[in-house]
Amino acid sequence: MSGMVKYVLKRLGIILLTLIIIISITFFLMKLMPGSPLANAERLSDTQRQVIEAQYGLDKPLIVQYWNYLVNALQFNFGNSFQFQNQPVSTLIAQRIGPSAQLGIQALVFGIVAGIGLGAAAAVHRNTKTDTFLSILAVLGVSIPSFVFAALLQYYVGLKLNWLPIAGWEGFKFTILPTIALGMQPMATAARFIRTEMVDVMGSDYIELARAKGLSSNDIVWRHTLRNSLIPLVTLIGPMAVNLMTGSVVIEKIFAIPGIGGQFVSSILTNDYPLIMGTTIVYSMMLMVVLLITDILYGLIDPRIRLAN
Amino acid sequence: MTENILEVNDLKINFHTDNGAVQAIRDIYFNLEKGETLALVGESGSGKSVTTRTIMGLLAKNAEIERGSIQFKGKELIDLPENEFRSIRGSEIAMIFQDPMTSLDPTMKIGQQIAEPLIKHQGMGKKEAWDKALDMMNLVGIPNAKAHINDYPHQFSGGMRQRIVIAIALIDNPEVLIADEPTTALDVTIQAQILDLMKKIQRELGTSIIFITHDLGVVAGMADRVAVMYAGQIVEVGTIDEIYGFPQHPYTWGLLNSMPTTQTNKGSLEAIPGTPPDLLNPPVGDAFAPRNKYALAIDEKKQPPYFQLSPTHFAATWLLDEHAPEVVPPLTVQQRWAKYKQAHPEADKKQAKPVDASAILSR
Repeated sequence: MSGMVKYVLKRLGIILLTLIIIISITFFLMKLMPGSPLANAERLSDTQRQVIEAQYGLDKPLIVQYWNYLVNALQFNFGNSFQFQNQPVSTLIAQRIGPSAQLGIQALVFGIVAGIGLGAAAAVHRNTKTDTFLSILAVLGVSIPSFVFAALLQYYVGLKLNWLPIAGWEGFKFTILPTIALGMQPMATAARFIRTEMVDVMGSDYIELARAKGLSSNDIVWRHTLRNSLIPLVTLIGPMAVNLMTGSVVIEKIFAIPGIGGQFVSSILTNDYPLIMGTTIVYSMMLMVVLLITDILYGLIDPRIRLAN
Repeated sequence: MTENILEVNDLKINFHTDNGAVQAIRDIYFNLEKGETLALVGESGSGKSVTTRTIMGLLAKNAEIERGSIQFKGKELIDLPENEFRSIRGSEIAMIFQDPMTSLDPTMKIGQQIAEPLIKHQGMGKKEAWDKALDMMNLVGIPNAKAHINDYPHQFSGGMRQRIVIAIALIDNPEVLIADEPTTALDVTIQAQILDLMKKIQRELGTSIIFITHDLGVVAGMADRVAVMYAGQIVEVGTIDEIYGFPQHPYTWGLLNSMPTTQTNKGSLEAIPGTPPDLLNPPVGDAFAPRNKYALAIDEKKQPPYFQLSPTHFAATWLLDEHAPEVVPPLTVQQRWAKYKQAHPEADKKQAKPVDASAILSR
């Protein structure tokens, strides 16, 4: 177990280093963006501009601004937003992150669970009509963008059938349609992956031995095949989470969800430097933590990795 | 007269492929007596594994059993419903696989893998089953078994893994154990250990063993009887002494001649030329004829019947026919014959009589 603690600490160190690099690159890229954070900048006199810029520290040389930001950020001080009445960036993000996180996690769980189910069904009935049908479904799921599903779900389930609310964020019922829309892609990816893995495992010697033991086909699928197929799936969770984070920006807009994605877009449009930086840091952190968790999970479920480490 | 625990009668199996039906097993007859070890010997594709997969009820989906019967303790196994077969498989008939590196589930503790058949077949509780698994690990010679019962396969060497595979096969005390080339994937010193272990187990548990191999050297110390398979047929069957001392089929000669012995002179090992026939279109006559320098004209036209040399010895070759010309077998085989005749003066291939194939079973 101490080996595990050491491993996690080492990974956290790497995360911190990566974060500093991300902050640096984003900072300078952001400064290269055209426009200014000042609204109606062209109507301000030079003096007015200088006063405001001095107030926000924008008059200092770029490298000094960068250094100040980095030092503050490492002390968890992310500054105040330019556009929202000087509210602290941390407060703004905290207010908005709940819905985004909920949507992301729900979509990931829905996608993976449903994907495993469909993939396993296809593998068990491989080379039959069920398999072909599920494969076509999976290809559609991977290739159709989430906003198309979003629109279809809103129109049919929301408007025509009137089963679920079309947009908004006022309770679990409101989360169902965006979760499905966002979860389609991970579901299709997981289904395809699990099918391939399971068909592979089913041809292995240890499955034949399991059959020779006199186990029923249900036992073989559940106890031997699925478990061995799930292990490599864990490596997919990281990339899936990334897709969900970027995908959720669009989905939040379509379903009018007060999440971090919409805020991120508007912060870029208005050159709200502190908020851009803050949101970038949050996205990067979430991503790296997801990757860390996947790696830990991988070690937990695969004994070969657990003990080799 | 000992009891037959297994009788394979006129078995014919085809595999349906895109190119047509491959006749993998062509009318084989053999029996397995209680407590004996029968070796099935032959090169790849001769039908050894298909035969045993059929006995286990584990044939691939494209296989079709055209005819024949397999009686296990008087019970017909062909067309036995899957749920009934399942209760026999791993319980009364168990199997050891060839490659221990890939036959264990990499993500399951070995204790669980060994105990699984007991839990499934006997409905035994986990604790009791694991205790039995521990006993079995000790029996198959896994050192410090208690400390390793929670380990995973990758923590064991190849030889130890094969012991685990054997433990899995033996856990429910099967009456028939099928060992499908259990030592092929192991290095030579470990091979000897595994063979010793199997002999020890047979002594202690009285299990009947079908031992599949392509290595006649391994068979010598292991089997009571040998069935030599070629192109989906049994070409010669007899006791270990008869097959090694008084072989009659030219294919058996070829196998023995390509095996080094202590008498082998430098550079005199001989391979059998050519390759086995295509079983999509098996030859009309003796399938071995094209590779056989002793082949007679009739071999091309007509399959030889079995000729019986002793109550236990049968060979399917026209060379034993009363009209066949005298041929001189390879030197090593001549030496074997000479030695055999010293111990068995009554042995005479001229006495061989053609018999029906089913005679193999009724003895």
